[in-house]
Amino acid sequence: MAQMVQGETGDWEIVIGMEIHAQISVESKLFSGASTTFGAAPNTQVSLVDAAMPGMLPVLNEKCVEQAVRTGLGLGSKINTYSVFARKNYFYPDLPQGYQISQFEDPIVGKGEIEIDLPDGSVKNIGITRLHLEQDAGKSVHDQHPKKTYVDLNRSGCALMEIVSEPDISSPEEATAYLSKIRMILRYLETCDGNMDEGSMRADVNISVRKLGGELGTRAEIKNVNSLKAVQQCIEFEARRQVDLIEDGQAVVQETRLWDPVKLETRSMRSKEEAHDYRYFPDPDLLPLTFEQSWVDEIKQTLPELPDQKKHRFMNDFSLSRYDAGVLIAERSRADYYEDVAQGRDAKLAANWVINELLGILRKNDKTLEESPISAEQLGELIALISDDTISGKIAKDVFAEMFTSGKNAATIVDEKGLKQVTDTSAIEAIVDEVLAENPDNVEAYKGGKDKLFGFFVGQVMKKSQGKANPGAVNKLLKEKLSS
Amino acid sequence: MSLDKESVKKVASLARIRMSDEELERMMPQLSKIIGFVEQLAEVNTDNVEPLANVVDITPELRKDVVNDGDCADKVLKNAPEEIQGYFVVPKVVE
Repeated sequence: MAQMVQGETGDWEIVIGMEIHAQISVESKLFSGASTTFGAAPNTQVSLVDAAMPGMLPVLNEKCVEQAVRTGLGLGSKINTYSVFARKNYFYPDLPQGYQISQFEDPIVGKGEIEIDLPDGSVKNIGITRLHLEQDAGKSVHDQHPKKTYVDLNRSGCALMEIVSEPDISSPEEATAYLSKIRMILRYLETCDGNMDEGSMRADVNISVRKLGGELGTRAEIKNVNSLKAVQQCIEFEARRQVDLIEDGQAVVQETRLWDPVKLETRSMRSKEEAHDYRYFPDPDLLPLTFEQSWVDEIKQTLPELPDQKKHRFMNDFSLSRYDAGVLIAERSRADYYEDVAQGRDAKLAANWVINELLGILRKNDKTLEESPISAEQLGELIALISDDTISGKIAKDVFAEMFTSGKNAATIVDEKGLKQVTDTSAIEAIVDEVLAENPDNVEAYKGGKDKLFGFFVGQVMKKSQGKANPGAVNKLLKEKLSS
Repeated sequence: MSLDKESVKKVASLARIRMSDEELERMMPQLSKIIGFVEQLAEVNTDNVEPLANVVDITPELRKDVVNDGDCADKVLKNAPEEIQGYFVVPKVVE
C-alpha cells in the first residue's frame, strides 16, 4: 500500500527506514548492577560505572545478551556468535562517558524479516538489517529552569536493543504497522515492555522521497518520534516538506531533525550536525562477545508461539477471519484468554463474544483484560449455554452484563432469574395462540398482505415469554398458524 | 601525511578543546608527525586478515542480572558543578 505524495511535477514515492530503540526487560543495567526500575528519584539508580567515574570498568550483563538473542530469533534473524562493542563518541551533558558503548561493525544480530498487516487486509514483508546492544543515555530536563538543564542519570547505562529496518517501508500506515508488530513481538518474547509513554520504546524515522522508481533521494533522520500517531504525522509532514523543497528547486539536506508533537512539524537540530562524526572504535575495556551456537539453540527451544504463527493457527484451526485473528493475537494474554474460552466450544462464537462483548465492555469500564470480572472459564460456560440452546443469544447478553457486575457464573444467573429458554413447542404454541387471539385486526391485515406485521407478532410472543421463547420455534409456529 | 589547519581545528572541536590560531599552527606539525608514525603500519600487508578487536583470546566474564549497586546519589553528585533536588544542573543545552 505505497502512498504517493502528489506534487506539481507528478507523484512522489516515500522511502522509509526505521531505527527502534527498545529498552531490554532486565533488573540491572547493561554494564553495572544499578537498578533499571522506572520513576525512581533522580540519580538514585546510578553506580559509579554509570556516572563514568575514572577507573570504573564495564562488566556485561548476561541476561541482556540472552534477551538480545531471544529477540533476534523472534525477528527471524541471523544470530552472530561473535560480536564487538564499540565506542560511539560525542559530547552531551546526559552522556557522562563522552561516548556511548554500542556495537558497530559486528552486531549481535544480523539480517532477518518480519510480516506486517495492513489495514486493507494485505500482508507485506519488511527486512530487518540488524539488531545491536547499546547503552542508553541519561535524561535531560529542560523545563525546570529558564537558564539551566537538569540531568538525571538513572537511565544512563540501561540496556537498549537498536533494531534497524531496511528501507522497505513506503507509507505512514506501513510504518505504524511495522512499529506495532515489532512491539507485539517484543511483548510476546518478554524482552521489552513496549511502553512508549515511559520511553521504553522510541523510534527514529529515516525519510526520503523519489520519483516513482527513480534514484533514492537524500534522507532526513527524524528523532523524538514516540508514539504511533507521531510516526504517522511526522512522515506525512516530512514527505510533503521534501517534495515542496525539491519542486521549488532546492535540495534536501542530509540532517537530523526533531519532531515537534505540539506544532506538528519537524525542524533541524543544528547542534547535531558536526556531532555526527562519531569516530567509532572497538571499546578497549570490553572483550569481543562470543558464545556457543548450542546456547542459541537452547534459547530457541524456549521461544513462545509468535504473533504471526498464532494468527495463522487461529485462522486455520478455528476458521477465524484474518481480522478477528489479528484482534485476538494483538496481546499474548488476550490470545490465551480466547483459547481458554474456545476450548471445546464453538470457536467462532467464542471469538465474537471475546471481541465484541468482552473487549467492548472492558473498554467502556476502562478495565484491562487482567482486571476482567469474568474469567475465561465463566465466559466459556456462557457460550456453552448458548450452543446447547439453554438460553438465546439475546438473553445471553443480559446474563453477560449481570456476570460482569456480580462476577457470578452464567448458570447461577440463569437459574436464579429463571431465564432458561423455552424450547417446549406446546408451551410456545400456547403463547402464540394467545397473541393471535388478542390481535385479530393485525391477523386480518397480515393475511391481507401486510407482511411487515410478522415482526410485530414475533415481538409480542417474545415479550409475553419474557424473551425466553426459542426464536426459531416462535418463527416456525407463527408461520404455520398465519398461513393456515 | 600532513594535516592542514582546518583538520586540526575540526579534531579540536570534536574533542571540545578550544585552541587559538597560534596553538593550531603549533599542533599541525606535531599531529602530522604522530600520524606519520602510525602510518608506517600501512606498509604491512593485511590482505585476507580479519580486523582484530582484541589481542587476548579469552571469553569475557559476564555478570548475573542482579541489582547490587547504585543508591549512592550523594557520591555520584559529589563532583556536580551544581545540584538541585538530586539533579545535576548544567547550562541550558536545549535547541
